[in-house]
Amino acid sequence: MRNLNVLFMLLLLSMFAACHPPEGCQILPILGNRDIQGTDTIYPVIPTFEFVDQDSQIVTNQTFANKVYVVDFFFISCPTICPKVKKQMLRVYKRFEQEPRLVLLSHTIDVRHDTIPRLKSYSDKLNVKTDRWHFVTGPEEDIYQIAGNYFSVAQKDPNSPGGFDHSGRLILIDEKRYVRSFCDGTDPESVDQFMKDIQCLLDEN
Amino acid sequence: MRIEGLLSFLLLTGFGLIHGCQSPFAQGQELYISACANCHMDDGSGLEGLIPPLNGSNLIISQPELLPCIVRMGMEGPILVNGVVYNQVMTPVSGLNDVELANVLNYIQYEWGDKNIFYSPTQIQRIVANCNEGTVHIKTEGME
Repeated sequence: MRNLNVLFMLLLLSMFAACHPPEGCQILPILGNRDIQGTDTIYPVIPTFEFVDQDSQIVTNQTFANKVYVVDFFFISCPTICPKVKKQMLRVYKRFEQEPRLVLLSHTIDVRHDTIPRLKSYSDKLNVKTDRWHFVTGPEEDIYQIAGNYFSVAQKDPNSPGGFDHSGRLILIDEKRYVRSFCDGTDPESVDQFMKDIQCLLDEN
Repeated sequence: MRIEGLLSFLLLTGFGLIHGCQSPFAQGQELYISACANCHMDDGSGLEGLIPPLNGSNLIISQPELLPCIVRMGMEGPILVNGVVYNQVMTPVSGLNDVELANVLNYIQYEWGDKNIFYSPTQIQRIVANCNEGTVHIKTEGME
């Protein structure tokens, strides 16, 4: 009987502990392969880029000066994971709507079909503000290339549904252009943790 | 002994709850997750102004006979759901036979529509035989 009591208490305690993970932030690591030159450690940074958003405005690294931003890759006619990822991006947008230091950046990987007016219509239907969520297009090779810098895959693939192959990651970039966190944009629980990371990064600055 | 009784009670309640959460349309649920949930979401909530919800949708209750053709033939043009106009192309869902189509639609109605609406495979067969050629265009009242 005593053993059972102890077991029951342990069960209750473990349930309690599982519901209350320790709060607080740890400094997020800088992600990517480091390069050590002499006594210096060089971390990979997002290279310079220039794209155009749904309001026909030029979007460059300068657009995100003194801000942190979240990146994804998608295409409008995508029949697979994109809507789920967009739903999670929208969650991030709404969670940080009152925080102007966070901006979202979605790249289309179908530049032929996803024209600026189509991107505009898409973002209007999501009911989001352009200065807080840029939907960009640009030279195809530039978009596919920069996807690699964001630890993502984006490429044409006639065998994939919709004709493109891409990952559904959300990636968090800090104001120094370092990658600091990422998650699976199709998994709401993964995005829960990601949003905690975003808050921690904002609190760092 | 009391503790053992309590534990058994908790286990049984837990099992009952889990069991009670399962849809009676298990195949329909599986097919929904693989064929529909990418766009309409696991919980049928859709995506803001882009993809209409099934969960709580007035349309699936008021015009249930449209659904088999929409799934089989695809849909385009504006559509009014719960006061919101959606205008995205839905591509036809291929690879569902009439029985599977009945199961997935019964799952949708049971979970989010009207539990009294039921499609038999024979009904599905009759409805889809009379679908118009090409994608479905819906005329919804109250829409400009």
